Amino acid sequence: MVDQSAMKLDPAIRDQVLATVPSLRAFAISLCGNIDRADDLVQETLLRALAHIDSFEPGTNMPAWLFTILRNLFRSEYRKRRREVEDADGRYAETLKSHPEQTGRVEFEEFRAALAKLPADQREALILVGASGFSYDDAAAICGCAVGTIKSRVNRARTRLADLLAIDSVDDFGPDRATRAVLAGGGRN
Amino acid sequence: MGERGKDDTMKHRKTNLEPLEPVAEKPENQESMARPAATPHKPEARLGREVQARIGQQLRALYNDVVNQGVPPHLADLVRRLSDQDQD
Repeated sequence: MVDQSAMKLDPAIRDQVLATVPSLRAFAISLCGNIDRADDLVQETLLRALAHIDSFEPGTNMPAWLFTILRNLFRSEYRKRRREVEDADGRYAETLKSHPEQTGRVEFEEFRAALAKLPADQREALILVGASGFSYDDAAAICGCAVGTIKSRVNRARTRLADLLAIDSVDDFGPDRATRAVLAGGGRN
Repeated sequence: MGERGKDDTMKHRKTNLEPLEPVAEKPENQESMARPAATPHKPEARLGREVQARIGQQLRALYNDVVNQGVPPHLADLVRRLSDQDQD
């Protein structure tokens, strides 16, 4: 799959590619819902990108370029499996084992479960903007849609998450009632 | 959106989810509002800032969990091998 044409890669470009790999994996996991498949997808993305590195314009946004390639590959080659992700209902959550200390464990589990319930388009937009740190413009370019579409998906994702988390917070388990109260109270504005 | 090369810059990066003012402290009596499920708010209603901040924080925590794993060795090898192959 790798084109063997001239590929004397500028080390600075190579380092930009390497530096993007961690966030590329995080995005891939959010798309695939499965860490092994995500790593396959990242590997394919890197092969594709390095084979076509001439089409990357130095000075432009390397993460956005790689994310676009990854997303296109996912859409074309992995699409048929997307139903699994839609139905996963927590499978995305299972792909990650550790829990950041700053967040209560139960609360964190709830959040992951809620995120897994979002439609794929909304989850993708939310992650690009809210976690990967892309601008709305970049996210729109990555997803091949209008900026307004991204904004609307992000808003719907946040609203839905807030609903899911507020509803969950009515359940009485959980170590952090003050936080829950704030979450629930804010959610009804 | 410029270079986000370094892991540590990404980790602490402010994202676009929180364009609003810093989250204000809520008094303890907010607890009395902890059961709003019976009156779901309208989808178009503006989300509370606390909710937005919380969502943003947890989203980044989840994401950075993976980011902090760095580059798996086999992917680093792949990139280096493909980058060098013309010189060998």
